[in-house]
Amino acid sequence: MQIYRPQLTSVLSITHRASGVWLALGAFALVGWLIAVVQGGHTYATLESLMGSWIGHVLLFSWTLALFYHLCNGIRHLAWDLDYGFELRNIYLSGWCVVMTSVLLTGATWAIALSMGA
Amino acid sequence: MLIKNSKQISSWRLPKRFPVPGNLGTSPTSRIEEGRVWPEPTNATRVKRLRIYRYDPGSDRGPHIDTYTIDRDKCGPMLLDALIKIKNEVDPTLTFRRSCREGICGSCAMNIDGTNWLACIRSLDEISDPATVYPLNNMDVVKDLVGDQSHALAQYTSIKPWLRSNTPPPTSERLQSPEERKKLDGDYECILCFCCTSGCPSHWWNGDRFLGPAVLLQAHRWLVDSRDDATEERLDDLEDPFKLYRCHTILNCTRTCPKGLNPGKKIAEIKLMMQQRCG
Repeated sequence: MQIYRPQLTSVLSITHRASGVWLALGAFALVGWLIAVVQGGHTYATLESLMGSWIGHVLLFSWTLALFYHLCNGIRHLAWDLDYGFELRNIYLSGWCVVMTSVLLTGATWAIALSMGA
Repeated sequence: MLIKNSKQISSWRLPKRFPVPGNLGTSPTSRIEEGRVWPEPTNATRVKRLRIYRYDPGSDRGPHIDTYTIDRDKCGPMLLDALIKIKNEVDPTLTFRRSCREGICGSCAMNIDGTNWLACIRSLDEISDPATVYPLNNMDVVKDLVGDQSHALAQYTSIKPWLRSNTPPPTSERLQSPEERKKLDGDYECILCFCCTSGCPSHWWNGDRFLGPAVLLQAHRWLVDSRDDATEERLDDLEDPFKLYRCHTILNCTRTCPKGLNPGKKIAEIKLMMQQRCG
């Protein structure tokens, strides 16, 4: 198995799986954040400062990227389930589109967030 | 569509390895060692080096990689020509399957430069230098480049790949309209070389229960055949969390098929047939 060359098809597929797992963990983090909001006060302030730190930013950035990648590639999978886009050319074309779109959307989200002073 | 030249395949290249240890999870006896470097031909102007996987279960030695250098001016254009030349002139112990040398028998399927293809229709111009040649992955190695296909063939038998009809055999051929015949295009060309099944990550994980792209493509071939009356039973047989639905549309199969077929698409069509049957 280690001799098989990674290629766009398999790399995007395993990335889809990995981003799904990471988003599932992110969902727990989101619930944790909501609990902190409800509790307010000290708990919320601690979490807020953590999210403001560089490690919080890295986590949030990776979740944004995972979200957009999973979303875009999910749409690609829906098209496949309807029997569209199976020619090898289209598989590669849609694959690179998904990569670029998710990077652009993540960039745009963070540009907006940072310009609003997050 | 038949692939006339593998240049028709997209030439995207990605990094050759993930950043994981090369020996991850293999026992010391299975680790691939550096083998013999065979002497280079003299007075050769155009050469190609081939790094070929060697393993003989009858010997005490573990798997190893031998390096051969061939003179391209004294060799045919395809990788299979080079392998035959090595076997004839350099090292007669090198073992591989081959038969038709024109991409119709599927015997010489092997892992070339990290992806599966038929050696007889892979030009030496297209492979890197040195090029790596391994047996099809995820199969037990019988010897050198010969993988054990028993499991794949048993899976093929399990879908009952023959005509099942309710009508008694007619005195002449069973006829099809041109439209009905057209539905078999893209299915009947499959030569069962198992390049796709061997390159399918889902089959690496669940090869015992997931049928794999080659067998599912064949299943599709019988599902859409107008002369076959067992469509419902065939679909019943495939209604299983593993047999069919372990296909995650990774599409390594479509990427690797040396005949330019599209197993991924055919599997999606089987899934759609399942949906339509449920209404």
